[in-house]
Amino acid sequence: MSETLHKSGRLVVNGVELQADVSGALVWPARRLAVVADLHFEKGTAFAARGQLLPPYDTAATLDKLEAAVARRGVERVICLGDSFHDVGAVQRLDPAQAARLKALTARLEWTWIAGNHDPTPPEDWGGTVAAEITLGALTFRHEAEPDARGGPQVHGEISGHFHPKAAVVVRGRRITAPCFVTDGRRLILPAFGAFTGGLSVLDPAIAGLFRKGFQATMLGRNGLFAFPRQALV
Amino acid sequence: MLAAAEAGVSALLIAPTGGGKTLAGFLPSLVDLAGAPHEGLHTLYISPLKALAVDIHRNLTQPIEEMALEIACETRTGDTPQSKRQRQRRRPPGILMTTPESLALLLSYYDAPQVFGSLKCVVIDELHAFAGTKRGDLLALGLARLQTLSPGLRRVGLSATVHDPDWLAAWLSPTAEPSGVRRVLGRDGAEAEVEILNTREHLPWSGHMAVHALAEVYQRIRRAGTTLVFVNTRAQAEIVFQELWHLNDDGLPIALHHGSLAVEQRRKVEAAMAAGKLRAVVATSSLDLGIDWAAVDLVVQIGAPKGSARLLQRIGRANHRLDQPSRALLVPANRFEVLECRAALEAVKAKSLDGDAPRPGGLDVLSQHILGSACAGPFRANDLYREVISAFPYKSLTHKDFDRTLDFVATGGYALKSYERYRRLALDKEGFYRVAHLAHVKRYRLNVGTIVEAPVLKVRLRNGRLLGEVEEYFVNGLLPGDSFIFAGQLLAFEGLRENDVVVSRAASGEPKVPVYAGGRLPLSTHLAERVRDILEHPEDGHDLPPAVAEWLRLQRWRSQLPPADGLLIETFPRGEKEFLVAYCFEGRNAHQTLGMLLTRRMERAGLSPLGFVATDYVIAVWSLKSPTDMDALFAEDMLGDDLEEWMAESSMLRRTFRNVAVIAGLIEARTAGQEKSGRQVTFNADLIYDVLRKHEPDHILLQATRADAAGGLTDIGRLGDMLRRVKGRIRHRRLDRISPLAVPVLLEIGKEQVYGSGLDALLDEGAQALIEEATAGMEIGRGQAELPL
Repeated sequence: MSETLHKSGRLVVNGVELQADVSGALVWPARRLAVVADLHFEKGTAFAARGQLLPPYDTAATLDKLEAAVARRGVERVICLGDSFHDVGAVQRLDPAQAARLKALTARLEWTWIAGNHDPTPPEDWGGTVAAEITLGALTFRHEAEPDARGGPQVHGEISGHFHPKAAVVVRGRRITAPCFVTDGRRLILPAFGAFTGGLSVLDPAIAGLFRKGFQATMLGRNGLFAFPRQALV
Repeated sequence: MLAAAEAGVSALLIAPTGGGKTLAGFLPSLVDLAGAPHEGLHTLYISPLKALAVDIHRNLTQPIEEMALEIACETRTGDTPQSKRQRQRRRPPGILMTTPESLALLLSYYDAPQVFGSLKCVVIDELHAFAGTKRGDLLALGLARLQTLSPGLRRVGLSATVHDPDWLAAWLSPTAEPSGVRRVLGRDGAEAEVEILNTREHLPWSGHMAVHALAEVYQRIRRAGTTLVFVNTRAQAEIVFQELWHLNDDGLPIALHHGSLAVEQRRKVEAAMAAGKLRAVVATSSLDLGIDWAAVDLVVQIGAPKGSARLLQRIGRANHRLDQPSRALLVPANRFEVLECRAALEAVKAKSLDGDAPRPGGLDVLSQHILGSACAGPFRANDLYREVISAFPYKSLTHKDFDRTLDFVATGGYALKSYERYRRLALDKEGFYRVAHLAHVKRYRLNVGTIVEAPVLKVRLRNGRLLGEVEEYFVNGLLPGDSFIFAGQLLAFEGLRENDVVVSRAASGEPKVPVYAGGRLPLSTHLAERVRDILEHPEDGHDLPPAVAEWLRLQRWRSQLPPADGLLIETFPRGEKEFLVAYCFEGRNAHQTLGMLLTRRMERAGLSPLGFVATDYVIAVWSLKSPTDMDALFAEDMLGDDLEEWMAESSMLRRTFRNVAVIAGLIEARTAGQEKSGRQVTFNADLIYDVLRKHEPDHILLQATRADAAGGLTDIGRLGDMLRRVKGRIRHRRLDRISPLAVPVLLEIGKEQVYGSGLDALLDEGAQALIEEATAGMEIGRGQAELPL
């Protein structure tokens, strides 16, 4: 188990000092880099097209959060870990005001779109570069975690998204659920950043199976971060 | 009733239970149908319960057959087979018995004008149970539609005795005015004999289970023929049932009935009761309404009755013969409940009933109705508006709010970005709205109705046997190995499997009793007033038991009794903390809201509040420092910014929004093919709530949520009334230690959920607890020390 300073949000993966942000972004201070996963832009309109008229403000809400995190952490570079757009048609549904905000961000910052299953080919014309995965120093950034090969080498220094992890603890007989970062010091999975994204329990085999020797979940409160070891989760 | 029928006017029959109301409601229709053959549907009967519709059908078929009348009389509910339902639309029977939801469905078909065009009369049973509820809103809109389809339609309402008959008459009336309805009063039955159990045991300070008195209750059951034992919550039902079985040396057939039990089990109990095979049934409000059992001769109410109208309804379940008095026994579970029982008994004697003021119809229900109307066929906005405001709950609906609701149904009603291209309702050049896609019709029919169940999970034994359902949030607090009482047995929680709670029978141990959301009605305003009056003059012939009289005498000596017209607040130190106890008597929901707002305010004032606990009678807040300026602390302006801020976080507002969003059709509880589990619905609703609050705070569904919350879970309306009432009349007593009247609420600490902490505080507490556990082997538990008096 890596660091368990329970409220600092400090995380160490493969020897790299990282900082969890309460928004759900992961910051690499030494490189002035922020990582976000699963933005799912235009999920609201995707539902509307199928007849369920959800509020159309999820992209705006997600951008609000993203702009604030970028400003708060003073980063110069952003990596989006895939599923940035909810579906292939999302780009066409984006309204001009939000499109302009997004373009301003990608013009100002060094921007990388990692491909996800919802957006296998992220649009090229939004600024930034598109990649299947990238490696910087001791860390590799990809959409979905790669399981350790049986009997083969273990994955080290992987940063991914895809699963929308959330964790739950019981306090005073109440179950408290929140999105979370999950890490065992070897790899780390980010919570989904998008405003309309649900979550999958970290105890689900799909997530827990990637962390054979246990893990720590850093849960997102409204104003702070709270770290719990796997044993404390329900 | 016959005279009203001959005159062709609507009629409201108000009579106590057992007066043969239902048959009286049908009599004119039977006379009419016997006199001349009628083509198509003649009379529609609507009841709140499927079971009641089925039972009335049985009771009516018998005389029809005996008189050899050729009148087809059928039921239509969710249980009716598809083939029969289709036949009923093609060839409607003379009399059809159904529920508001089935009526809404029938009205959503294109052939509704043919089915209902010949309708002469609609009979609404248990009208008092509909008026003022969302289900009632849906029914009222359905009635307005029926009136359009058959303008000569007569409405007949059957109701128990109510607080405000004018309101009920207006509700029933086709013109939304009481004058449109002829009132018929049934004759009063013999006065009920109500008694409060004066226990020989020690009268507890707190708690709601009345376990101390159950031996005495058992003796009453033994002496009576058949007894109905009413409790307020399902948790109480389980405990009382279990205790009675421990005492049941005679092996009397005693059964359990509450809304969480598997349906088959409930039906079995009802049948055994009807057949006279049971000596007692322990029941929650699941038996408040329903089939008449003439054989019941004693009603026991365990715990405080919460309202006089409710008590009267329950007492009416005993002895449905007008010439003999009903017998009822009230069993208070603690000292405050003695006062409440006394207040209820005096209210019943004085025939003064409580009732809520009429509330405007829900915009979420209106949304559903608008979509239903479009499913039946194209409509013009103005025509529908005129029809809607002829329904009493919507008579004050502005054209603007109607248009906004219509816009919500058509396009989602968002201001900043239009969903024009995803319209659910298309608008043509002649101004007709019609459904844009057949898929919307299908969705509407799957989700019709206003009853949004709390998310529930099925409780099963390991072998798969179904025991019933519990609310998800209760299960969320369980850890594997925890035990709880359910369906009359002690069960151990093993774990969750999909949406099933898997349990095994537990041998022994301390049970963690189910505490359910449902069934916990707050103390009514009317009874609260009477309780305050008793407290101001306890000696004025209220016949209080010695233990209670002594308790109040001590209170007067130590502090003072709460005044009927002002607000008593006591503060005192205890342990390391400062306590504040306010004797508001405004019911649990309003107190809960007050607690949230007070702790926020105290936080800002630097008093470091630590928590609060609310009961039906009082609220207690504890903090590191004691507040001194009570007028400022309880100032009405707490309902401004503090309230707004709290609404962002409040789980009650979130739950209210979820219900509104489901009823309005923003979120679907059911999608074709599968029913979404409650979990998913809750989750989606929270995300939508957050985004809407931030980006469109004036959205019509947030408006509907606030309106609901004001009278419902947060009871802001009642809280506001109280703050205004006590302004300038607050009596603050600074004491050096706890007062006798404050003891019960302090005993609740630890037993009741303590609110007052947001997400972060709870997460932090959880993390801290782990650290403490890891770093110290020292004693953590801080048991409730004995309270010094």
